[in-house]
Amino acid sequence: MSTLEQTASTGHHHGPAKGITRWLYTTNHKDIGTMYLIFSLVMFMVGGCMALTIRAELFQPGLQLIQPDFFNQMTTMHGLIMVFGAVMPAFVGLANWMVPMMVGAPDMALPRMNNWSFWILPFAFSMMLMTLFMDGGGPNFGWTFYAPLSTTYAPPSVTFFIFAVHMMGISSIMGAINIIATIFNLRAPGMTFMKMPLFVWTWLITAFLLIAVMPVLAGVVTMMLMDIHFGTSFFNAAGGGDPVLFQHVFWFFGHPEVYIMILPAFGIVSEIIPTFARKKLFGYTSMVYATSSIAILSFIVWAHHMFTVGMPLIGELFFMFTTMLIAVPTGVKVFNWIATMFRGSMTFETPMLFAVAFVVLFTIGGFSGLMLAIAPVDFQYHDTYFVVAHFHYVLVPGAIFSIMAATYYWLPKWTGNMYNESMGKLHFWLSFIGVNITFFPMHFIGLAGMPRRIPDYALQFADFNMVASVGAFLFGFSQLLFIYNIVCCARGGKKATDRVWEGSHGLEWTLTSPPPYHSFSQPPKVD
Amino acid sequence: MRCNRLALLLSGFVISPAVFAEWEVNLVRGVTEISHAIFDLHMIIFYVCVAIAVVVFGVMLWAIVYHRKSRGAKAQHFHEHIWVEILWTIVPFGILVAMAVPATQTLIKMYDKSEADINIQVTGYQWKWRYQYLGQDIDFFSNLSTPQDQINNEAVKGENYLLEVDRPVVIPVGKKVRFLITANDVIHSWWVPALAVKQDAIPGFINEAWTIVDEPGIYRGQCAELCGRDHGFMPVVVDARSEADYQLWLASQTQAQEAAQAAAEQTWTMEALISKGEEVYKTSCLACHQANGQGIPGAFPGLVNTPLMASDGLMEHARIVVHGRTGTAMQAFGEQLSDVDLAAVITYERNAWGNDGGMITPQQIKQLKEE
Repeated sequence: MSTLEQTASTGHHHGPAKGITRWLYTTNHKDIGTMYLIFSLVMFMVGGCMALTIRAELFQPGLQLIQPDFFNQMTTMHGLIMVFGAVMPAFVGLANWMVPMMVGAPDMALPRMNNWSFWILPFAFSMMLMTLFMDGGGPNFGWTFYAPLSTTYAPPSVTFFIFAVHMMGISSIMGAINIIATIFNLRAPGMTFMKMPLFVWTWLITAFLLIAVMPVLAGVVTMMLMDIHFGTSFFNAAGGGDPVLFQHVFWFFGHPEVYIMILPAFGIVSEIIPTFARKKLFGYTSMVYATSSIAILSFIVWAHHMFTVGMPLIGELFFMFTTMLIAVPTGVKVFNWIATMFRGSMTFETPMLFAVAFVVLFTIGGFSGLMLAIAPVDFQYHDTYFVVAHFHYVLVPGAIFSIMAATYYWLPKWTGNMYNESMGKLHFWLSFIGVNITFFPMHFIGLAGMPRRIPDYALQFADFNMVASVGAFLFGFSQLLFIYNIVCCARGGKKATDRVWEGSHGLEWTLTSPPPYHSFSQPPKVD
Repeated sequence: MRCNRLALLLSGFVISPAVFAEWEVNLVRGVTEISHAIFDLHMIIFYVCVAIAVVVFGVMLWAIVYHRKSRGAKAQHFHEHIWVEILWTIVPFGILVAMAVPATQTLIKMYDKSEADINIQVTGYQWKWRYQYLGQDIDFFSNLSTPQDQINNEAVKGENYLLEVDRPVVIPVGKKVRFLITANDVIHSWWVPALAVKQDAIPGFINEAWTIVDEPGIYRGQCAELCGRDHGFMPVVVDARSEADYQLWLASQTQAQEAAQAAAEQTWTMEALISKGEEVYKTSCLACHQANGQGIPGAFPGLVNTPLMASDGLMEHARIVVHGRTGTAMQAFGEQLSDVDLAAVITYERNAWGNDGGMITPQQIKQLKEE
């Protein structure tokens, strides 16, 4: 304590350490946030290259570039990397950067743990990517890794995959605890829960979801590990187990997981739309309640991923009704965003373009989700490209567009420089067009009967697959603009003002651009 | 042709129904009462979604166009309206209830447990389907029949590329056919869109599905659950025939079985076995062990010049083919192939690619199975 006072009194500057140790040992929320964001961008490109490998193979019928087994490894790794390596770390990175600044705190509540929760990730993903070079290849059983394909029939590298998943889970739980502790303990005086920015609210709820479900994922992979190496039969009917048990446990994790990947996006969009509509968010209170209801509902709908496993009628009905119910709070959110735009004074800078595209395309993903919820019809949609189209509409223009919107929105604050607006707009339009050309035709080939996860397809699906592949390459390559723009902005450019955007609101805009190394050394006052 | 279509598409993505005339864009309406009910339900939900989308996106577009700063729009200060918020919670709820009613009715129909006329057990194997007609002496495997060189782009692709099998499952029209669906190794899913039947095949458990097909015809589908490397090469073909044709087919099955038995008892020469074995190898073994017998290192062992192929490995080799290797992807082919086919394929493997490992006869296979 005395040393602290001493350094404070001598006016010693608590700046970052020099060289590589700044990043290795850092406990600073901004440094760690930056590392998370860079890591996720790298993973986004790696996972994206895998997606392009898939789309290149599917450009026309027949096997031309890769063999089916490698195709399965690509689909599996693409899914795992995008979910655990790109989307989740990006949101954690945004939370690290923004939550302390938005609640008026100097840093995260548990800074040393923050360092740990980041540095686990590169090791986890190195381990997972290494499996691609092992005998028998990497995981080839889909990101849902259904047993017994992933236990009895898996390549030996599955053990590495299990440990990698454990490490990611540990990282996520530590990150979530940190965010909860920060929000609960470090809010500025006067910032009640119902005054917190929506991004903070959505992350608080997301953090609770993470703590609730990551242990379930850890449980299911541990059961796999025991089935593979210790002679148990959790998922083996011949030993008294049940392969469907795997799916129940997996989706009890997996369904809330999809909300983990979208709730922070809701928060981001709820920050951006009011800024560029120059109007307060419509229905703040109902936004908070809607987010909480979605989170609670997410725990009781998991079996809608399993309508065809042979559930009894009553089970099908229960999961159909509860799943349909999610449309109500989600609808409330969409209506609120539109009401925020209504009678506003809108401008369309890059973050706003991404946010508006988010609302439109996420809603389309919501419509196909509603269609999938109707159990009898789901018998036809299930495991087809219709499902692929649905979840890519909620995850690419949903989660990823919101991350891009957030990046453009806060980049001037982070770096102190403005990014290149016209390049940003070009990036938006190419991405928007690319995403739709890629994923919209997938609705059609899915309805026409093309199953998911196949490396080769019947001739009737050829034309739309070709279109989708063209779109994928357009979308993929336009991301280079994104990276270029970020790098240029980090290196210099037109200086940003503190408030940056005319309509911006909230504590983070009261700090300088870039903000000081420790955000708020004096707690701000909130009325 | 494809270029024309692409140009047409790029010129106007959703301009007119004519553009889509040759592009498959919707569910098949199917040939059963259930598939019709599902199709109608699908269209209802689709139109409801479109209607909501038009209203929601319409309001949004209007706001985007007319409330821009560049048009001089001034921001208003309202940010709450309790009645509006209650209204747009209740109205969607009402719409959902209206959608849930027909959905529930259809689902109850699909779960109709009444007695079936014909029971067929469907078993998923990596990567083929087995059909056993319960109470009748019919039991066969259904393999993909698209030649490998079409898949490798070395030959022109046929009309039913990847959707054709050597032996389809045959059912009569107008009769209730019940499928008892299970799997031998991993989870598969038996799916025929025109019948609106999709049911997972789970090892160790039996799922039930049923259909009454209205029109004779050939209906094609695919495995719908990722089941390993050849998941994309596991079609389902249902051949629905009139009652009379179905009876004819049943009779022909008995004859075919007698012929197979006679073949097992006749004396086979090595040459005959090798040439027959090559065909069997292509359908049953090639996917893993490759055309050149080299296998895939790390995943599937090679068959060239291994100790197993030396002459003293003969019985061990035969045992592995007949009983499989537990804990690996090597299946027990004893029940999948006839004694003649087994003898042929084993003999072929022992003499192909420069191997020189002797021959085995169908009679020896029979003995081996009885051990």
